[in-house]
Amino acid sequence: MPVLTTEHLTRRFGSFTAVDDLNISVDGGEIFALLGPNGAGKTTTIKMLITLLPPTSGRATIGGLELSHSAREIRRIIGYVPQMLSADGSLTGRENLMIFAKLYDIPKEERERRIDELLKFMDLAEASDKLVKNYSGGMVRRLEIAQSMIHHPEILFLDEPTIGLDPVGRRAVWDFIKKLRLDFGTTIFLTTHYMEEADKLCSRVAIMHLGKLAIVGEPSALKASLNLEDATLDDVFTHYTGGELDRGESFRETRMARRTARMVG
Amino acid sequence: MMPRRRVSVLRSILSFFDKTLDIGEMEARKLRHDPSELLTRAVQPALWLVVFGEVFSRVHLIPTGNLSYISYLAPGILAQSVLFIAIFYGIAVIWERDLGILHKFLVTPTPREALVLGKALSAGIRALSQVVIIYILAVLVGAAIDWGPINLALVVVFAILGSALFSTFSLIIASLVKTRERFMGVGQVLTMPLFFASNAIYPLSIMPGWLRFIARLNPLTYEVDAMRGLMVVGGVSVYGIGFDLLILLAVMVVLVLIGARLYPKVVI
Repeated sequence: MPVLTTEHLTRRFGSFTAVDDLNISVDGGEIFALLGPNGAGKTTTIKMLITLLPPTSGRATIGGLELSHSAREIRRIIGYVPQMLSADGSLTGRENLMIFAKLYDIPKEERERRIDELLKFMDLAEASDKLVKNYSGGMVRRLEIAQSMIHHPEILFLDEPTIGLDPVGRRAVWDFIKKLRLDFGTTIFLTTHYMEEADKLCSRVAIMHLGKLAIVGEPSALKASLNLEDATLDDVFTHYTGGELDRGESFRETRMARRTARMVG
Repeated sequence: MMPRRRVSVLRSILSFFDKTLDIGEMEARKLRHDPSELLTRAVQPALWLVVFGEVFSRVHLIPTGNLSYISYLAPGILAQSVLFIAIFYGIAVIWERDLGILHKFLVTPTPREALVLGKALSAGIRALSQVVIIYILAVLVGAAIDWGPINLALVVVFAILGSALFSTFSLIIASLVKTRERFMGVGQVLTMPLFFASNAIYPLSIMPGWLRFIARLNPLTYEVDAMRGLMVVGGVSVYGIGFDLLILLAVMVVLVLIGARLYPKVVI
């Protein structure tokens, strides 16, 4: 059963088409990755799916709910972790979780239990009463994933979850994402620049290029389709995006990505 | 038993204010973790009261009725310091947008109005420290403070309301200009006219007609008017405390509704 579908989903900014006629379908329990060069339309797609940006045309359903007129209901069943470091550094880990527990209407008697459960799950129990500005990059990322899981969403959207993390931190985040799917049955929809990560972690990947869907499939099938010996997902990516140098990424996006990387590193 | 429909409306209203308080509480916790910003804010009002106030009370240029100029000025400076802090509050919106904090809040099912009002409330909480600081300064420079508990409570109410109002105004500007650089420019341009086109440091009666007209449209005028009637012995509210409250509440409601429309657009 698909928990997320898009049909002809399109977003234009003036004369620029950021997402062009996107048709995808994600099944329950999948880990699905959206890949593509900078400016391919990944973040715009996510922003539409998480109800922050209205599409110009086309439609999408999330958990069976229509995006165009059930935004509020959709917000109850999705979680979102932005690319930038978004936990509040001037609060403790526990307080960061508490505010979201309240905003998601978790009943009072249930809040502490869920917060403790997630802190333990994300290996943050010991640091829970420290201010988040003293956390390492990997800890902040895990806390953010915990924040977005507090209401046990059906689908979790992760925008570049491992950007700027060192290999150890990155691997820890992968393990938690896999565990989330196993323990909670959460469907994961993520974007990433790391092909190796997509290959190891994801059941299916979609490659976007210039706002359009270039190809979608299981990593193994995509690699096999190239008829190359020892083809990697990197090769698939280059094949479908032409391997050209970046275009679209704006100054602001670049600045944010670098700032995130600096804060994490 | 109430009809089910009314129960659900009541529940959503309660949930709305609950969410507003949650956002406010979060900001209060941040202040508790690091209260140092509260002290640095005492500097500017101190300069106004001690330097400007002391000089102008010697020249007797401004008609202040039975009040000494320092007593006349103190409520004006309280309102002014509330304005000056609240008007730059929108910078936090841009900062939170850049970090992605804002995206996360907007993805929760919280009503947008509750997010905006919660932010406003948290600006109001910050105004409380302003009240304490200005009262201390005012006593030091010899203003005739009215210590009646009801007056004190009402001053607090007006400080919170004024701060909430101007911070929401600031949030609207931030939602429109979207970058820090532009916001700082607009903020600088707005604060002085709001301050000088009001009754904070001189009465409307000595203004030329055109300026008096503008001052009558300026919410700060009603904030100052109420504070002047409440804070100092012999202070008079020209328009009446109830009228001031009504005007400020009405402006606040309009601003929150506009803010709730514009706020989610910051992330686009």
